[in-house]
Amino acid sequence: MSMPNIQLNAEGRLKHFLTIDGFGRELLTQILDAAESFTGVSERTVKTVPLLRGKVICNLFFETSTRTRTAFEVAAKRLSADVLNLNIGTSATTKGETLLDTLRNLEAMHVDMFVVRHQDSGAAHFIARHAAPHVNVINAGDGRHAHPTQAMLDMFTIRRHKGEFTGLRVAIVGDILHSRVARSQILALNTLGTSEVRVIAPRTLLPTDARTLGVHVFHDLEQGIRDVDVIIVLPLQKERMQSALLPSEHEYFRLYGLTEERLKAAKKDAIVMHPGPINRGVELDSEVADGPRSMILQQVSFGIAIRMVVMSMAIGSQGAATR
Amino acid sequence: MSRPSNILIANGHLIDPANGIDDTRDLYVVAGLVQGVGQPPAGFQPDLTIDATGLVVCPGLIDLSARPRESGQEHKATLTSETRAAAKGGITTFCCPPDTDPVIDTPAMATLVRKRSERIGYARLLPVGALTQGLEGNQLSEMAALQQAGCIAFSNAEYPLANTLVERRALEYAATFNLTVMLRPEDRHLRDSGCVHEGPVASRLGLPGIPEAAETVATARDLALAEHTGCRIHFRGLSTGTAVRMLAQAQNQRLDVSADVAVHQLHLTEMDVEGFDSNCHVNPPLRGLSDRDTLRSGISQGIIGAICSDHQPHEPEAKEAPFPSTRPGISGLETLLPLTLRLVQEGVLTLPQAIARLTSGPADILGLNYGRLGPGSTADICIFDPARHWQLRKPDLYSAGYNTPFLDWDFTGQVTHTLLEGVIVYEAD
Repeated sequence: MSMPNIQLNAEGRLKHFLTIDGFGRELLTQILDAAESFTGVSERTVKTVPLLRGKVICNLFFETSTRTRTAFEVAAKRLSADVLNLNIGTSATTKGETLLDTLRNLEAMHVDMFVVRHQDSGAAHFIARHAAPHVNVINAGDGRHAHPTQAMLDMFTIRRHKGEFTGLRVAIVGDILHSRVARSQILALNTLGTSEVRVIAPRTLLPTDARTLGVHVFHDLEQGIRDVDVIIVLPLQKERMQSALLPSEHEYFRLYGLTEERLKAAKKDAIVMHPGPINRGVELDSEVADGPRSMILQQVSFGIAIRMVVMSMAIGSQGAATR
Repeated sequence: MSRPSNILIANGHLIDPANGIDDTRDLYVVAGLVQGVGQPPAGFQPDLTIDATGLVVCPGLIDLSARPRESGQEHKATLTSETRAAAKGGITTFCCPPDTDPVIDTPAMATLVRKRSERIGYARLLPVGALTQGLEGNQLSEMAALQQAGCIAFSNAEYPLANTLVERRALEYAATFNLTVMLRPEDRHLRDSGCVHEGPVASRLGLPGIPEAAETVATARDLALAEHTGCRIHFRGLSTGTAVRMLAQAQNQRLDVSADVAVHQLHLTEMDVEGFDSNCHVNPPLRGLSDRDTLRSGISQGIIGAICSDHQPHEPEAKEAPFPSTRPGISGLETLLPLTLRLVQEGVLTLPQAIARLTSGPADILGLNYGRLGPGSTADICIFDPARHWQLRKPDLYSAGYNTPFLDWDFTGQVTHTLLEGVIVYEAD
């Protein structure tokens, strides 16, 4: 059953960026192409372009984040927008004010765009559905649901190194069940025509019916990364040990930790990616993290360009018709 | 509310499953009781005649679970608003779960809600007593006293017992007094923080899932304890196909166990959660298509004896939040009959079967004398136009809760009159 895509405006242009779900290959390619031109901006002496001058962008973070929030802030500033940073601990809303009231208050301050991170799946959709018509919403991570800008910067990194997606084998290793990043990556990879998307994890860290997400499921790391072009390693949170999902970090590293030795199973030119923050010696050996195949720091800088693209496309879609 | 003593309901299509009637019959009501079916009692002179030509006349509906939210949550709804909504939906009797505030674990509280709805007069409220004090799952409630105060069954509402020893004792104690215990089969550990069915939709949307096993594990445990204790148990709100099959097997082994299903489970599935529609946030969750189909066949075969509304009205704020943070439940009194009639239109049930699951079915589960229209029965009557097309619109709802995923749905069949003990409590314009 397909829902009307609230991410697009009446003219079919990007209005909100909430999930990869529902976007076609053309739009994703358009974002990647535009990001190519923005990567240049960061290397110039004057690192700003005046695309969003006079616009107010509010980073509305209900969950703590340093990297993602900073990346959005840098991207917004490079586009010459004014940035408000609001770190609303989860307790602030539970203390009384509803999310909707928070939203209304901020709208009254003439915010043009919300960049939202929230612990509940569906939070960005909720805000997009209730925001005033002229406001754009970008999802910076909602629960286990989606983190589409992270997925797009990962796609950008892959395309930079591997060219076309057709013919590629990509493996995602780790906690797929709790990962919004993995969900968005899987959607993006499949939409862009990747030949084979694999997930590698013990059963406790996989969603039920994982195959319905469009992936091949592996439980053995070496089998799973055999002949792949790209390995994406997901961070493992410490809570997973307490909730009886895993016995110990030690056993996890022994079975699923990526080491130089294990990496030999992948293609010779395979690249290793990780959305951060990395836990050295848990999911990733330091030798790999700092090694020549690691794209981890490149991912971070490409993240700025992707966010600049998404923000300018969304605000740009407003045009004369709606304002 | 008008109070004529002698009422003639003329020319209606009488469907009274308990008495095997499915035919055009006149119905004669005298002083709140049915005194003639087809034939007037001696010397009958109607004070009022309801022309039921082209209409279906059936017993007033019995709803095994509806929360009026009073006492304690009057910001959501009140007994007045919800009993009026019940009357509009053709429901004359409903069971109120014990999770009011304060909890129905004292005779005073049971008497209070019962008497208060009696005074309001739109529908009959039957309180379900708490199985354990404060619904805390530790200490048994005073079941015998609660029964005397009018509790028709006992349950721990949405807080299934975690301790199997307490459950065993509760069932044994209830069995001592021949009481029926309503159980929500749910293993709370397996449920964890889930809010939707654990299946493909949950996997894709990243919503924490509730596995089928949360229901089947509890069903197996409850059935084993029912067999062990000899207590009459009723499963309140099944959602999985496997639980229906387990129930059928238990019934084949002559275990005294029954079940109901919320009407929305017979129409919606996990797919309806797409787009994070918080009005589809219910507990137990909407499950897969095959579960829905097995529930439908369970209803048609009579394995599941009753369809209920599982009415849970909410204030708008309770549903205006990201999906996992919203409150579960649907405001369902006014869609119980139309959604059940839809099953007839879709060929799942015959009309008499549909009426049976809403009247004699639930009555038999609780051993009530209502839900039938033989001579001498209480004149709780629902009259509906089976051909009337209408659309569910927010302004037309009597319930204070607008939280329903069925807004803008088109229905065929609408209540025209509801009589409670021979008093017209609802009449359509």
